[in-house]
Amino acid sequence: MNRRVAVTGVGVVAPGGIGISQFWDLLSNGRTATRRISLFDPVGLRSQIAAECDFDPAAHGLDHETTERCDRYIQFALVAATEAVRDAGLDLQRTDPWRMGASLGSAVGGTTRLEHDYVLVSANGARWDVDHQRAEPSLHRAFTPSTLASAVAEEFGVHGPVQTVSTGCTSGLDAVGYAYHAIAEGRADVCLAGASDSPISPITMACFDAIKATSPNNDDAAHASRPFDARRDGFVMGEGAAVLVLEELGHARARGAEVYCEIAGYATFGNAYHMTGLTKEGLEMSQAIDGALGQARLNGTDIDYVNAHGSGTKQNDRHETAAVKRSLGDHAYAIPMSSIKSMVGHSLGAIGSIEVAACVLALSHQVVPPTANYETPDPECDLDYVPRVARERKLRHVLSVGSGFGGFQSAVVLRGPEGRRQ
Amino acid sequence: MSRQRPRRAVVTGLGVVTPHGIGTDVFWKTVKEGGSSLAPVGKEGCDHLPLRIAGEVRDFDADALIEGTFLVQTDRFTHFAMAATQLALDDAGFGRADIDSPYSVGVFTAAGSGGGEFGQRELQKLWGQGPRHVGPYQSIAWFYAASTGQISIRNGFKGPCGVVAGDEAGGLDALAHAAHAVRRGTDAVVVGATEAPLAPYSIVCQLGYPELSRNDDPQRAYRPFTTAACGFVPAEGGAMLVVEEERAARERGADPRATLAGHAATFTGASRWADSRSGLARAISTALTEADCRPEDVDIVFADALGVPEADEAEALALTDALGPHARRVPVTAPKTGMGRAYCAAPVLDVATAVLAMEHGTIPPTPNVFDICHHVDLVVGRARAAELRTALVLSRGLMGFNSALVLRQGSVPPPERRSASV
Repeated sequence: MNRRVAVTGVGVVAPGGIGISQFWDLLSNGRTATRRISLFDPVGLRSQIAAECDFDPAAHGLDHETTERCDRYIQFALVAATEAVRDAGLDLQRTDPWRMGASLGSAVGGTTRLEHDYVLVSANGARWDVDHQRAEPSLHRAFTPSTLASAVAEEFGVHGPVQTVSTGCTSGLDAVGYAYHAIAEGRADVCLAGASDSPISPITMACFDAIKATSPNNDDAAHASRPFDARRDGFVMGEGAAVLVLEELGHARARGAEVYCEIAGYATFGNAYHMTGLTKEGLEMSQAIDGALGQARLNGTDIDYVNAHGSGTKQNDRHETAAVKRSLGDHAYAIPMSSIKSMVGHSLGAIGSIEVAACVLALSHQVVPPTANYETPDPECDLDYVPRVARERKLRHVLSVGSGFGGFQSAVVLRGPEGRRQ
Repeated sequence: MSRQRPRRAVVTGLGVVTPHGIGTDVFWKTVKEGGSSLAPVGKEGCDHLPLRIAGEVRDFDADALIEGTFLVQTDRFTHFAMAATQLALDDAGFGRADIDSPYSVGVFTAAGSGGGEFGQRELQKLWGQGPRHVGPYQSIAWFYAASTGQISIRNGFKGPCGVVAGDEAGGLDALAHAAHAVRRGTDAVVVGATEAPLAPYSIVCQLGYPELSRNDDPQRAYRPFTTAACGFVPAEGGAMLVVEEERAARERGADPRATLAGHAATFTGASRWADSRSGLARAISTALTEADCRPEDVDIVFADALGVPEADEAEALALTDALGPHARRVPVTAPKTGMGRAYCAAPVLDVATAVLAMEHGTIPPTPNVFDICHHVDLVVGRARAAELRTALVLSRGLMGFNSALVLRQGSVPPPERRSASV
């Protein structure tokens, strides 16, 4: 693969702040955006907390027609993509639309809307033979997961390869990875790559309640997401979106674009073990890290920072620590590894892209975001998790990893402007 | 580095679960005879809905095909996927002994409807009885990635795993992902799509598609390319394929049955069918170029055949745009008019049919269709004998996606350029 893939634009809709400057302000100050759920009344749930976006679509330029037609998670994606395109200085009039693609991830897509209308047509869950006459006219758009990528592609006049990626909680990394492959292998020159989810709904909260994956720490919502801490008790649900403009490096240079960094490698593997369970050894995540490093032609010792999946469940953080040590060896102890889920929660399919966006900004600022709420070490998690306070550091190569239901393990390697090429 | 022959992705096994029956024998027999399995919707709770005709999979005995531990945690669409995978592996003679490393076998599916029946049941428990009645498997049964994850686990495949959440065209895109993974270094990928979109609430969601046929006569409900075209009929079922790197297949003694030679995808906007003409034409031309084929090499076209006059017209014109004078001569078929469109699975079934058609030297007809009103040589009535070496499969998604895939019989490169590429 000779074609290099540059990141030239970033857009983020995250809890605690819309837009990359507010997002970075939150991360670099170690503030948390987790709180009691306000989007619906969570009484009766085991976990009643989440990281919510204070999102006013009109304030971000979405008109009434768009908000009627598009679910919340698509609205997030449109706002993030608009910021990313503007940030990239991409002139759509001068970009070949047939060579421009879109790769958007989402784990649960339109389920929030599907549930909303389900309640209407089933008379509050009373009937199996649901009443179609009570459904809203645009319900089919929520049912069809490709609506996400379609809406974004339509907004920006994209005519090249477009897809919605849905690999559960690795969707956000995989959407970036697929776009990276599409550009590197010559199927597109520019790609809008990102992910979005708005899963804070009764059914999604209830289904994670059922397997005790989410934190029940309802009395201390602001400090409930505690990745790598010995007292961690599950993840805190989140929502949001991030979109990157990825571009073939020569294409970016030809139009004089500022390049943040490169996507240098990506790999994904399955653990073939369990839909929700993880092994202690982290073999498959390690395989993904090795695969991404191999594509980037880098060694484990080249990595300066690991942006962790760090969901805050007992098994994940242990698994991931083992995987990073397996791939990076003793070097793992010498570099920082942090989880922004401590601040913005776990927005399922979206978070992988939000985390890649955080890596891009970390490279740009040469600052490592912290793991908020980290206080009590866990003997099984013995790396440097950057407790509570952001840290300046020379960053050349950054690794972002993800792990999700289905057993999927993904890794992306980013190369900063001072990174090494062989 | 020494000049290596490029890695080619070949099909070695097919597994189908369809309204015509389970397995390729009964499927091909019905398809070849132009049989139709469209019938009144017979699912519980659907009598009152304005969707009258669908392609249902009958006589699918999940208990006989899949272990109880997998059945209980999955929706019908994943039951289909697991069953079709087993059929495809058996068909390919691909067993555990053929796997060098678990990381060398990947899984890729496309999914558009998700676990709708399972999801509706759990929504009913949540809203009818309360959050504590939601079962532990809701979190892994409803989401689009369920089939990829379960196939990986059930078979021990740890290679690259992925999911596109598409509408129809996503099925071809999944096959392209498999081919790309093989070219990058994976030895085998189990790939395809299965759908089960006929639960009551899933049907209610689809009623918003302006393209959905509400006709109540099984013989008239889905008649593309005719003046009587009144939309498409939805269906359930699908196909999984075993795709392998050509040399890896030969080394284990398997014969390549077809080569995934070229693919391209474009986007032209949701329900803007006239615009799909340019998108489809471009996808065809790009896919042919990738396959190193000329328009005249195409021996058979499997049409998207949406059944909406404007869309049918655009498809016929796209063929003329992309194939030139050859468009008037090349036979076109759409066996899906006898089964309905199983969303992402529809084009995967077409690919499976194309492999069988090339092997049998037989073009299956387009059931229920007569009096073509477009300039295409649509094969209707009886099957037609023909030597088929190159097949073109087309698909369009309701949200604006156009994909084209070129299949070559066996592993033979195009005749004129054979000496150059070997």
